[in-house]
Amino acid sequence: MSATSARPSHAAQPSGSAFILKKALISAAVALVLFSLMIGVRTEAGPQGGLIYWTRFGDLAALVGTVFGGSIIIELLRQWWGPVDKDRIVPKPVQSAMSFAGRWLAPALLVFAFLVPVIFYNQRYILDLSILVLTYVMLGWGLNVVVGLAGLLDLGYVAFYAVGAYSYALLATNFGLSFWVCLPLAGILAAFWGVLLGFPVLRLRGDYLAIVTLAFGEIIRLVIINWQSLTGGPNGVSGIPRPTMFGIPLTPGDDGLAAKLGIEFSPTHRIVFLFYLILAMALLTNWVTIRLRRLPIGRAWEALREDEVACRALGINVTTTKLTAFATGAMFGGFAGAFFATRQGFISPESFTFQESALVLAIVVLGGMGSQLGVALAALTMIGGFELFRGFDQYRMLVFGIAMVLLMIWRPRGLIGHRAPTVFLERNQAISSDLVKEGHG
Amino acid sequence: MDYFAQQLINGLVLGSIYGLIAIGYTMVYGIVGMINFAHGDIFMIGGFIAMISFLVLVSLGLTAIPLILLIVLLVSMVITALYGWTIERIAYRPLRHSFRLAPMLSAIGMSFVLTNFSQVSQGARVKPVPPIITGGYTLHEGSQGFAVQLSNIQIVVVLATIVLLAVFTWLVSRTRLGRDMRACEQDQTMAALLGVDVDRTISMTFVIGAALAAVAGMMYLLYYGLVDFFMGFVAGIKAFTAAVLGGIGSLPGAMLGGLAIGLIETFWSAYFSVEYKDVAAFSILIVVLIFMPTGLLGRPEVEKV
Repeated sequence: MSATSARPSHAAQPSGSAFILKKALISAAVALVLFSLMIGVRTEAGPQGGLIYWTRFGDLAALVGTVFGGSIIIELLRQWWGPVDKDRIVPKPVQSAMSFAGRWLAPALLVFAFLVPVIFYNQRYILDLSILVLTYVMLGWGLNVVVGLAGLLDLGYVAFYAVGAYSYALLATNFGLSFWVCLPLAGILAAFWGVLLGFPVLRLRGDYLAIVTLAFGEIIRLVIINWQSLTGGPNGVSGIPRPTMFGIPLTPGDDGLAAKLGIEFSPTHRIVFLFYLILAMALLTNWVTIRLRRLPIGRAWEALREDEVACRALGINVTTTKLTAFATGAMFGGFAGAFFATRQGFISPESFTFQESALVLAIVVLGGMGSQLGVALAALTMIGGFELFRGFDQYRMLVFGIAMVLLMIWRPRGLIGHRAPTVFLERNQAISSDLVKEGHG
Repeated sequence: MDYFAQQLINGLVLGSIYGLIAIGYTMVYGIVGMINFAHGDIFMIGGFIAMISFLVLVSLGLTAIPLILLIVLLVSMVITALYGWTIERIAYRPLRHSFRLAPMLSAIGMSFVLTNFSQVSQGARVKPVPPIITGGYTLHEGSQGFAVQLSNIQIVVVLATIVLLAVFTWLVSRTRLGRDMRACEQDQTMAALLGVDVDRTISMTFVIGAALAAVAGMMYLLYYGLVDFFMGFVAGIKAFTAAVLGGIGSLPGAMLGGLAIGLIETFWSAYFSVEYKDVAAFSILIVVLIFMPTGLLGRPEVEKV
């Protein structure tokens, strides 16, 4: 968190109004040049195919003015808030309230999650949205194993999601296998692909690993698009069977669940069933992760995240540690993919772009990389935020990008949680300063 | 044979464009040790600014093609360089001493910002531009009516690349700025102690990288006659592959890697399948990183404890 330590101390920074004004003017001038052509001139393909353009100097002026004003406000806020890395004294009541909230938030959320279909039974929109949120919670928890616990930056997580979705879709449409047979198969296939990706990238670290996983995700997507005979190419796979409740279909027919229970059929039954299905799957992911963390392999993941070289020196088998992390994460991704396919009934490569990977990664990062509760809250915030911006569809990803940059600057370790290892020494030990300076993490 | 020669020419031209982008990756990686994920989008912005300024200049009544090209080149280089500077200032500088993945994630966010900024501000549709540099030479008339063509635009792209590379090599090896850059690359703390302004040097690295990406964007515009807001993503990964293939941190390596990727992609499209050309490029990235992590001209990285 020593983001500002390289600069001279804050006390030495000028703070007069002249300084603020000068800074704002420079920002405005930079913004003017940056936006001059991109905002000031709008181009479009004309009716004859050639390009035409028209000017938007009003927008340009407004934007530059915003930058000027925003820069003043930010500078004032910064001076009011003081240095970033100062320890703030939190009042005692607030502290105890926060620890109380921290202890009860997770159970409360869980109870609320179980009650969502009861409370919002008649609001289809909220139910659909909660299913979406839970899908991302599950994806976030799955990726958390790879990124949060093992510290391997994976930018191609959506590949495993795609493998799971296509496994279920193709097995179900071609061989008529049921959801409950395909679900484990999808998980196993995704885990297999995870190992397949894991093997070659064992030696890579950090940034390189990120780029290779990104390339891997893109390769999977491109193969899906181009292998038309198997996957249907850009048209996707449609007519994917809906899930059954352990063999009992959720249909209005005589053998449907409603008829068997002797109640009136309603399409909401399926939504509620899907809701509890994804909730159970997500909770399973969470439970497995929590249990794994306490096993030697979980400890090894965390050790690997903290320092790979030390890990090797201590005799931890880095190969199996990394491969299990990839396989476990991929397996959960595959489960979520199979669920996605059965929920949508239709899948296409459009759903598995890099943006999805980045979104899940952002959820994990926002959640504090390693904190299970944090990831769940982050998924809720992100997907909820996306829904709020639904009206401004084209600005959505722009806001998402800005939020990601700001978040990294403001709280690089995520909003909630800190990545404290599960086990640590009680006593502080003297470490030589050059070890601290390296700042690996 | 004629077909082969034609593909060779096409591949070299494409490779020059990749090489120009790859230099930006390799420089930034060399000096800050991060992958500037937004660099592909800077290339895209460069293409857009070249397109807009070209359009404005033509509608203002300018007719001398060389003059237009020169102005467009300068305008797009200056504005795109300012983009590079601003991005470094906003998104990377505050994170320079943060944990390792933070700049990478910030860069991914910045890449989204740039992509969607140009989509929002200029619309999602492809922008076609009429051919500006026309004409060319027929090098060899084949027996079956297949002729090896060398168009003027291809000559311009390769010449511009060579000139820029020469200027740039001179900049890094002979000037004060270049010496500062090499010093920061080796040891930032020591360089700062010896009076090198590290912040300024890093900023200049981004500025130069962005300016070269702007040239690549303009060449892309001239060569293919179109720009769209999404072109930075794939071009960025390919250029990064080129930088890795050539050995990240090495400038001649980046150019060499760019040419290699351009040739491989062109020949793959010509002899195998066009659909899988991106898969081929991405697979090369994976294969190179596994079997030859230091690349063609890179130095092996020593892992310090």
